[in-house]
Order: sequence, then C-alpha cells, then structure tokens
Amino acid sequence: MDIRAELLSLLRENARYTTADLARMLGVDESEVAERIESLEDEGVLKGYQAVVDWRRTDEEPVRALVECNVTLDRETGYDDIAARLVGFPEIQSLRLVSGEYDFSLTVEADSMGEVSRFVSEKVAPVPEITQTVTHYLMESYKERGIEFSSDGDDDRLSVSP
Amino acid sequence: MKISERVERVPPSGIRRFFELTEEMDDVISLGVGEPDFTAPWSAREAAIDSLERGRTSYTANRGMMELREAIAERSRERYDLDYDPDEEVLVTAGASEAIDVAFRAFVDPGDRVAIAQPSYVSYVPGVTFAGGEPVPIPTREADDFELTAEALREHGAADAEALVFCYPNNPTGATMSERDLEPIAAFAREHDLTVLADEIYADLTYEGDHASIATLPGMRERTVVFNGFSKAYAMTGLRLGYALAPPEAITAMNRVHQYSMLSAPTTAQHAAIDALDNCEAQVREMRSQYDRRRRFVLSRFDEMGIDCFTAKGAFYVFPESPWEDAEAFAETLLDAEGVAVVPGDVFGAGGEGHLRVSYATGMNELREAMDRIERFLD
Repeated sequence: MDIRAELLSLLRENARYTTADLARMLGVDESEVAERIESLEDEGVLKGYQAVVDWRRTDEEPVRALVECNVTLDRETGYDDIAARLVGFPEIQSLRLVSGEYDFSLTVEADSMGEVSRFVSEKVAPVPEITQTVTHYLMESYKERGIEFSSDGDDDRLSVSP
Repeated sequence: MKISERVERVPPSGIRRFFELTEEMDDVISLGVGEPDFTAPWSAREAAIDSLERGRTSYTANRGMMELREAIAERSRERYDLDYDPDEEVLVTAGASEAIDVAFRAFVDPGDRVAIAQPSYVSYVPGVTFAGGEPVPIPTREADDFELTAEALREHGAADAEALVFCYPNNPTGATMSERDLEPIAAFAREHDLTVLADEIYADLTYEGDHASIATLPGMRERTVVFNGFSKAYAMTGLRLGYALAPPEAITAMNRVHQYSMLSAPTTAQHAAIDALDNCEAQVREMRSQYDRRRRFVLSRFDEMGIDCFTAKGAFYVFPESPWEDAEAFAETLLDAEGVAVVPGDVFGAGGEGHLRVSYATGMNELREAMDRIERFLD
C-alpha cells in the first residue's frame, strides 16, 4: 500500500478523521501520520480542508453561478496572466482553464443574483482579453464533491444476518 | 401438519435469536450484519432498470443467460487462468447459496458424509442435512490462523467423506488460504477421492496477497465445484445472484435440480450482473479499499483494548476472542448495556466457541462509535 496516496484518499473522503483514526486505518503510528500530513501541507499538496454544505437545508443559501469566459491571447498575455487578474476576487470560488468552446470556467458566489451579475459585468467582462462571458445560475445541487444530497443514509439491512 | 424428520432435525439458526434481541432495542449499532453496507453500483442497478423498461421479464435459459455465462467464464480465465465452457460448465443461480444447496442435493446420497470446515457460514450443515447427508464438522483453530489443515481433516474423519465444503476468505473468521496452504488440502482430496465444494463468495475481498482457488491446483479442476456470486464484492445481496463453475457432468446434475426448483435465476439480476462484470471493477476496488481501511481500524482498536484478535485478511469480519469465557453472555450483555450487536462465534460451528464475529460492513462513523462503546463496556 502506498501510504501517502492512501492518506490523501482518506483525507479527501473525510478531512475530519483524527490523526489517531488515520493511523489505525493506515496501520502506522500516529506520529508518522502527523509528519506526513505536515509535509503534504508544506509541499503545497494539501491546500485546505473544507466542509461540503447542502445550502438548501439552511436559511442562507448564497447565489452561485458558473461563468464561461472566452479570451484572446497575444504575445504579451497568456492564460496565466489572465488567471492572475481574476484569481484574487473572493467572489470567484473556483477558476479553471478548460478545453472546448470556452477557455475559463469560473464558479462565482455572492449573496444575490444582482451581486453576481454586477460582479461579472463590472469585474470579469471588462478584463481586456476577455471577449465573452456566459453566466449560468446554479438552480439546484444534487451532488457535490462525490456526496449525494438526497441520499437519506437509511440502512434497511436486517440488523443481524449470517 | 406433519413436519419431515429431516427438517425437524435442523435447529433454527442461532443468528435468528440475536436478530430478535437486536430488533427489540433502539439505537443499536449492529456489527452483526453479514452483508455489505454499500449499495450495488449504480451502473448495475441502471442496467437492471433498463432491462425492466425493455420488458425483459421472462425466464432465461435454465443455466442463465449465455452473455452472463460468457462473462463469468471470462472472469475466471482472467483471474485464475481457469477455463470453463460457458455452455456446459457454468450454472447461474439465485445467489451462491442456491448453488450450494443444489450441489448438496446433486452430489449427496442419504447417509453420505460431507466434511465441513468450521467455523463456517450457517447454511452448510442444514443444507447437507436436508439432502439426507451426514455433516462432519472439521474445526479449524486460531493457532492455525483458522486455516483448514490436512491433519484436521484426517483427525476428524474426512477421509471417508464423499465431499468437503470450505469457504475462504472465511465467514466468520476473515481467514484466507494461499495456494501453498491449499496444496495439502488438494492432496488429501485427491488421495481420498473427495468432491471439493469451494465457496469463494468473498474472493474479491482479499486484502493481503491474492485469492487462490483450489480448482487451479493439479488434478483439482475435475473434482471441484467453485461457488461465487455478486452479493459480496458487488454489494448485490438482494438481487440474489450467484453461480457455480464445475466440470460438465457436475453442472448437468446440479442443473437438473435447479431446473425443477428455481427454473432460472432472476432475470433482472442477470442483466445487472452482466453490467457489473463489464463496468464495475473500479467500484469493487473502491469498496475493497474501504473495507481494508476499516479492517485495519477495527484490528487496531481491539489491539488497543487488549482483546486478542486474529489478523483477518479477507471478507468483512474479524473474529476476536471473547473477553469473557462465555461469548454468548458477553454478546448479550454488550448489546444490553451499550447497544452494540456482535454475534457469538459458536453459532458458526466447531472452533467458533469463545469468539465473536464482528462485521465491519458498517460506515466509519458507526464503527468508531461502536468501538468506543465496546471500550467503555470493558472498563
């Protein structure tokens, strides 16, 4: 077993596993787990630990939108330069360069549709290299990061079976 | 109404009593479950739904759909380099348990002795008894890592048996047997002309080393029936689908029983199984890796609690020694005091006494809580 890969897989499954439980599942010492996590963080492999939230079950659902951006490049400006212009906005939750009919795929999050629209039209669209944006408001989320939102988790197995 | 003597002789399953005790209580975490906590891969479920939408609701060939038999034969060839002719040497059944029952009825005459490696799945003894045979329990020991040995076979009278049944990876111990461990068993079977019924339902859930099939050993294919199915590795217990692989004359005999009782295995499940073999290997691997983590977790928790526990290497069970001499009393008191259900080992037959079967086919959160409760109970 590749301990490092298995550790990453466990943390991606549940970042709240305690070091002790990770050690038990990996069959190694707690201190080794702690060291490995630290070095994964130091190397920048582990970027953070975040919760997956089903906003529909709260009273404070933010507005989210997927924004497609087309860009034109020139001698002085590459994708990374454009990304650097965008990446610092806190409204942008994710920013990815993708293949296909558009170049950048953004997830934008704000408190209202108006805020999202204003952000896109005032901060994203005006970037000189960006030639076109298409905004898709997120209407319903069924699954995020591998977690199904509708699943009730009911266990209908017999409580004791051979 | 008169009940047959054969049936009267078989007591109700010891599992049943624990099931009833557990059902009476609230907030129980059950480590007594003998099936996966995962649901069947969506791709396989979707194939089942699709088959229903297309109206595939009739019987199939008695032996199962040819496409499925071909896929099963292909899997055996890939995994074990064992060739079975899909036409003559594969029988698809309603769960591996039907295949095993059919085998007992096809191979056992009244009075025939059938050696059964124990502790074992609870159906072998009743199955042999219903077929009119005489079960001969062969205990395995923790000192031998719960592996079946030729000495045990000799000592407990397997030499004059007609057949030998065993299951590795094992329910309830989690023991596995390597090719080298199987060699003396194969030699014994050849020497005493035993038919070998190898229940390999947990084969894909092997965590240390590769699963070995006794049918691959010299002179064994012709005397072995291999049982496998989709319940455990593919988490498809409720779809009831298994199969047997054996030489033509054995499959013909088993099919004769099967065709007059089951007719054919559930059609919907057969469609799901074809998809499972085609498309679900990655998910089987993922489930295996989840079980493996939990296995290490549970073994390490028992170790911390000072409970002796054999290092299970397969299936989804560990088989610790009961902290009290009376495993049944321990299991009952644990259930009562902390709401954690485990199964006393003696319900699985000889060699199981003084042990507990602890299933880790349960989510990590429940597993962690259950282990904490057991620890608290021991304090």
